[in-house]
Amino acid sequence: MAANTKFELKAGMATREAFGKALVELGKENPNVWAVDADLSKSTYTSLFAKEFPERFVSCGIAESNMVGVAAGLALAGKIPFAASFSCFILNKGFEQMRVAVAYPNVNVKIVGTHSGISIGEDGPSQMSVEDLALACALPGFVVLSPADETATFALMRAAAAHLGPVFLRTGRPRAPIVYSNGAQFEIGKAIQLADGKDVTLMAHGLMVAESLRAQEALEAEGISARVVDMHTLKPLDREMIRRAAAETGAIVVSEEHLVDAGLGVRVAQAVAESAPCVMEFVGLDRYAESGSPDGLLDKYGLRAANIAAAARKAVRRKK
Amino acid sequence: MRRTNNVEELQQIAKLIRRHIIVMLGEAKSGHPGGSLSAVETVVTLYWDVMRHDPAKPAWEDRDRFILSKGHAAPVLYAALAECGYSSVDALNTLRKLGSVYQGHPDKRFLPVLETSTGSLGEGLSIAMGLGMAARADKRPCRTYVMLGDGEIQEGQIWEAAMFGAFHKLDNVVAIVDYNRIQLDGWVKDIMEIEPLADKWRAFGWHTIEVDGHSIPALQKAFAEAASVKGKPTALIAKTVKGKGVSFMENNPKYHGVAPTKDEVAVALKELA
Repeated sequence: MAANTKFELKAGMATREAFGKALVELGKENPNVWAVDADLSKSTYTSLFAKEFPERFVSCGIAESNMVGVAAGLALAGKIPFAASFSCFILNKGFEQMRVAVAYPNVNVKIVGTHSGISIGEDGPSQMSVEDLALACALPGFVVLSPADETATFALMRAAAAHLGPVFLRTGRPRAPIVYSNGAQFEIGKAIQLADGKDVTLMAHGLMVAESLRAQEALEAEGISARVVDMHTLKPLDREMIRRAAAETGAIVVSEEHLVDAGLGVRVAQAVAESAPCVMEFVGLDRYAESGSPDGLLDKYGLRAANIAAAARKAVRRKK
Repeated sequence: MRRTNNVEELQQIAKLIRRHIIVMLGEAKSGHPGGSLSAVETVVTLYWDVMRHDPAKPAWEDRDRFILSKGHAAPVLYAALAECGYSSVDALNTLRKLGSVYQGHPDKRFLPVLETSTGSLGEGLSIAMGLGMAARADKRPCRTYVMLGDGEIQEGQIWEAAMFGAFHKLDNVVAIVDYNRIQLDGWVKDIMEIEPLADKWRAFGWHTIEVDGHSIPALQKAFAEAASVKGKPTALIAKTVKGKGVSFMENNPKYHGVAPTKDEVAVALKELA
């Protein structure tokens, strides 16, 4: 595990780039791995796979519904297709196909969304995916993953390819702070505790894991002991990790770059309600954002360590 | 099953399939007779004559695939699969009942010999493209047949897949349009005209054949032609009659999605004797 818990966290590669590189590795190891693309291969980094394995790269043009259906057909013939696009396009335009052609007959298709959340930046809300996790988690049988950094992406890509069944993996556009050291072990459905604490638990996925680690340090200076948990798998949830956090720390803050009404937070709240009810606070989005730099957006829309720390202080106060 | 290319024998099988459709829908008291009856000759010609498949080896990797994209016509597929020996003939009358292998729309969870589950219109052609692409990459001889409804091709995804098929030169895929001219709300021309239909498929780069969808010799010839085409997929526009074979159902939009009553079943079976 060996997390980088003392900060500065160094900037690593973007999780979308890690996805593209991991896909090439998987393609080298397994001739059944295919890539399916909708005119965004340079942005999703499936272009790396296309260069290496042109005969296993499928260009669909700008047609995400068909893309997901084609991936389903490839999978029915024994291939392991990774269909990739911006999260907002593949999830929203391919959702019906993810439902009927993939989830319902339980077909072995991997869906990869890049440019998730608001940290895509200047392109603005039409390209920002803030509902993708709600949609993917709604589908029975889907495994839903949101890696925090490059190491997590490599490991979870490997797990996704090995898993027999539908997977959605969410990645981002900007460089992601390095949270994990090389060789960290990941298992689908097993959350990772990055720091222990007794007053409150900070849970997050994706970019917000690094922000939670920064928040933990700030809280420590004030005498608040925070546990930090990377919920890289949103589905199936690690209910035991959640139960322990609720029972042992009595307060949970869930942070995510997603609509707060429909992401990890509500899923954790359900698990908490069913196991060891405790105080909870939620950090996320409640509206569509706007154009701007990724950093400027994360500041303006409240997805920073300072916002998480404020939510944690509030949660600790509410315990009393 | 005994395969045959004898037209009279295939016509007899078609009649048997029609009887199954009527009986099972009568028992189910709901379902879609019109578009099941219009597709009978195509399905029978494929399963008894044209397709490479073996009911003794349902997972044979080199089998031809059939996808019923117009999933509401499930009864015609169920009757054919059962008569081929893939599934139970006796259980056909459990159609649409709790726990039946014969679900309202094709459901692979309940009937694993299905290539996949369908029922939401517009999706089958894309899946066929993926199957065709994998077969070509693996140098397998198998071909994929996908049956579309005429109303179904109003869905935009069909045309995404049509562009895809021509671009990728998937000559191992045949799309059959069951052109019975009626959809749920009425005549296709009054709901959303799809003409000029053959021109559309040609413009999208498909080898296009128009055929009498109730003429078994014409279908046999069309499928042979499709198999000889190189470098492009084939669209086979099967001109059919909705409710074919049952006088009061023929060309009657009511029987798109209404099952026959007991009395109607009796009349229909007399006509199909």
